[in-house]
Amino acid sequence: MNSTPLLIKELADKYGRKRESLLPIMQAIVEQEKYLSEYSMAEIAREIDVPASEVYGTATFYSFIETQPAGKNIIRICKTITCAMKGKNQVLFAIQDMLKIKLGETTPDKKFTLLETNCLGWCHKAPAMLINNEVYTELTPEKVREILSDYMKQNGQI
Amino acid sequence: MANSHQLKRVDFIFRNENDWEKVLSKTIKLKPQDIINELISSELKGRGGAGFPTGLKWKLTAEAPSEEKYIICNADEGEPGTFKDREILSKVPYKVLTAMAVCGYVTGAKQGFIYLRGEYKFLEPELNKALDEFQYYCSEIKLDFKITIFMGSGAYICGEETALMESMEGKRGEPRNKPPYPTLRGFKGKPTVINNVETLAHTYTIFNYGAKKFYDLGVQYSRGTKLFSVSGDTPKPGIYELELGMSLQDFVYEFGDGDTKAVQVGGASGFLVPRKKFKDAAIGFKGKLTGISLPTGGSMMLFNSSRSMFNVLDNYLDFFREESCGQCTPCRVGCQQLLLGIKAVKRGEKPASYLDKLLRLTETMQLTAKCGLGQSVANSFSSIVENFREEMIY
Repeated sequence: MNSTPLLIKELADKYGRKRESLLPIMQAIVEQEKYLSEYSMAEIAREIDVPASEVYGTATFYSFIETQPAGKNIIRICKTITCAMKGKNQVLFAIQDMLKIKLGETTPDKKFTLLETNCLGWCHKAPAMLINNEVYTELTPEKVREILSDYMKQNGQI
Repeated sequence: MANSHQLKRVDFIFRNENDWEKVLSKTIKLKPQDIINELISSELKGRGGAGFPTGLKWKLTAEAPSEEKYIICNADEGEPGTFKDREILSKVPYKVLTAMAVCGYVTGAKQGFIYLRGEYKFLEPELNKALDEFQYYCSEIKLDFKITIFMGSGAYICGEETALMESMEGKRGEPRNKPPYPTLRGFKGKPTVINNVETLAHTYTIFNYGAKKFYDLGVQYSRGTKLFSVSGDTPKPGIYELELGMSLQDFVYEFGDGDTKAVQVGGASGFLVPRKKFKDAAIGFKGKLTGISLPTGGSMMLFNSSRSMFNVLDNYLDFFREESCGQCTPCRVGCQQLLLGIKAVKRGEKPASYLDKLLRLTETMQLTAKCGLGQSVANSFSSIVENFREEMIY
């Protein structure tokens, strides 16, 4: 955690110490640390001179600004209508079964967090999900098991 | 018309963009007023769904007195069932960049932004590469216009233009009161043109081929072409450029699976049209001579007879409940109550007549919600409940 103030200072140097820099700074922290802690919010507030309550208000508005500790890989599976119609639940059950976690949870080894999200814009190739910034489409339980085992290999789990 | 079963495929948007340097240098040699007149005579209207005349928007911003102005490309494509903007930005990004630069030249803006939704972050590296090359060419022809990408962070409401500006200013994405409109007071309170990705791509077509070519396509009040995002129960999901004004009957004939029960036109904020009304419905802006005019955002979701309309509505309301920014009470509480309400009717805890109360609630939301999100929940709610009432109850 001690590196956080330094990171925030660097980001403020890069994006500027103004209100418009708030979202890019928060996004960069989430990219690096996977979530934005209250400690980070207070540090940002101090660094760019914006009330901490305003930073908190902005941070909690956006669904991609995680404010709870999350795993290294964040899985966001689309739950909007076309994905729901094309078998999203079967894919979701396959993931839950494989990672042994439920929606909203993080694996004990902090490698994966499983979330649902609204329309990802891949309705013509439903069902779809994001892992971090990567898109995976036309998912089936078999396909998602393969994708996840690739991630696990990268993580040195198998 | 309705009995011809012919949809006219058109190919402007994705036609090659290799001539962008020529189009840019040619267009900025014209007088700003002439460019505006060309756009106005094309009758191009905004392709994000709201349909404001594009030429007029540029004109108002050009006339707004300010040293500082901005151009924003709205790439916060979040409406369920739309995915065309992503395709434009990944296949023909230079068209969008060129159009933004021309808009800057016309209005006097020196800075442009692409507000890219967080879900499309994977596009950023490629887009930045295109931007570098574009920026290099601008400096060669001494055009003072800079474009940067601003990333969104997963909020549907930020597609609403004033919420988007709030978001760029580092705030919660809560829509502002209108007026003043962005053409006068937009990003950081300065005159701003904000256009949808597809709208900008169409202006490129007009710069390249002239307004007449565009105007000759489509029908009265709905000129030109439109990208349609087709998904759901269809053998050929994908993105198609078609003329505006087509009848829904013809659309279903082309894209349906033979068992189409209903089509959701315009996304979750649009209308559900049941089979019996296909022949009376046309896709175009209001003002078409006959029949029902349907929204033009381009989201076309087909449902066949295996789908329960209760599940569809349940899914939409869950979406709106989550994506409501929470700022105004009609939308925040309304979305929650509608969702609870239909579930209660389905379970038999409330009588069927409770649906009528919920319909009145959507009327209230339509009248009193602050922005398009809360106002448009009534569209899908009433079109589903009125046409498939028995599916809501049994």
